[in-house]
Amino acid sequence: MTAYLVALRAIVAREMLRFVHQRGRFVSALVRPLVWLLVFAAGFRAALGLSIIPPYQTYITYETYIVPGLCGMIMLFNGMQSSLSLVYDREMGSMRLLLTSPLPRWWLLVCRLIGATAISVAQVYAFLAIAALFGIRVPPVGYVAVLPALVVAGLMLSALGLALSSLIRQLENFAGVMNFVIFPMFFLSSALYPLWKMAESSRLLHDISVINPFTHAVELIRFALHASWNGAALLWVLLSLVAFMALALWGYDPGRGMMWRKG
Amino acid sequence: MGFSACAGDFCALLGPNGAGKTTLFALMTRLFATRSGRIEIAGHDLSRDRQGALAALGVVFQQPTLDLDLSVRQNLAYFLALHGVSGRVAGRRIDAALEKLGMADRAAEKVRALNGGHRRRAEIARALSHGPNVLLLDEPTVGLDAASRASITDEVHALARDRGVTVLWATHLTDEVRDEDRLIVLHRGRVLADTTGAGFRGRRSLSDAFLDATGERP
Repeated sequence: MTAYLVALRAIVAREMLRFVHQRGRFVSALVRPLVWLLVFAAGFRAALGLSIIPPYQTYITYETYIVPGLCGMIMLFNGMQSSLSLVYDREMGSMRLLLTSPLPRWWLLVCRLIGATAISVAQVYAFLAIAALFGIRVPPVGYVAVLPALVVAGLMLSALGLALSSLIRQLENFAGVMNFVIFPMFFLSSALYPLWKMAESSRLLHDISVINPFTHAVELIRFALHASWNGAALLWVLLSLVAFMALALWGYDPGRGMMWRKG
Repeated sequence: MGFSACAGDFCALLGPNGAGKTTLFALMTRLFATRSGRIEIAGHDLSRDRQGALAALGVVFQQPTLDLDLSVRQNLAYFLALHGVSGRVAGRRIDAALEKLGMADRAAEKVRALNGGHRRRAEIARALSHGPNVLLLDEPTVGLDAASRASITDEVHALARDRGVTVLWATHLTDEVRDEDRLIVLHRGRVLADTTGAGFRGRRSLSDAFLDATGERP
């Protein structure tokens, strides 16, 4: 058992080190949601009327509304970015090094997943801290209650990235996937507007948003930030996590030979 | 394709580009798997006992796989952790492996600062650090200058001779194969010859014998 933990520690530490080395990535990961929060939200607040919906008990400003969505956005980008680095690793060969370890392959992939999630969670807390400086705060207990929600959501989105990375052959193809995955997932969700608002304009888009796992990740975070419980969202996120992980394991199965073929 | 190598053999896999050397290595490291065929590494059947087989195997891939921003020591420590070794035991093994390849005084340097020859040495040291019985090297001298090429070839020969490590050395360069080496000539995914360097070349030079055998003489 200790061999598993030794490997886990090393893989997570390597992810952290790499993240620290890429300072630009940290900054852009913070600037992106802050621009949405401080610029977009300020302009949009007048256009959108929010009614009182759970978990909120009073009228809220639009800035407060989109904070959970932006937490989700950080994790979505980070999940995709870590899978981008997986594709890069595969092209550069360091993935081979990882996968020729005698430890079971599923465990090695889970270690990568945990490493990516740890970085995501750290980024979200950095974002929440800056948002608090600008006066956009949640109840103090929310900052603690949100941790498990962030971990589950981060694992799910990283697993999605892992699954995608196993199915993509080359780095160049990845940019396309980012556009076809990140933007639809983000806009067809409850991150920027409540789903009832969406239903007023299009039933179809509303229905797509309802089954989008990202919607449920955002709702899970939203409820947790206000120390409330949303079992349906949790269940949906967990099911997605299992599905994406299964897809990733299938994708990285040596019998499929994706790990060494080039191009 | 079928062949076997014994403990302490320096076994050269000689073949032109596209002969199937890299595919063979992908199969041996289980990056790729087929349903037919059987590979045994130090007595472990790869499809039944992947863990045992991979633990007995040290690999130097064709492409460099060192982390450039980490020191040589950190790279080896990361690798050993993937094999479940950490702490003081790992420290001792890293020292021993670097010593063997004459890299001890470069342990603290970042890989980015090393030249190609030293990077390769670090990779070979890494592949030996967990004490494997079998060492796979896929064209390990690609891109190195003549002096580094010669000294790395010498040192790996010495590893097989003095320490009983079975070495599988894939190459397309005939001057890296010696008369006393086991020699397996690969061509288009098949074994053309399974002999020794001397046995294969007869009275010709190895390079001529190789070009004749593969029918690729210009």
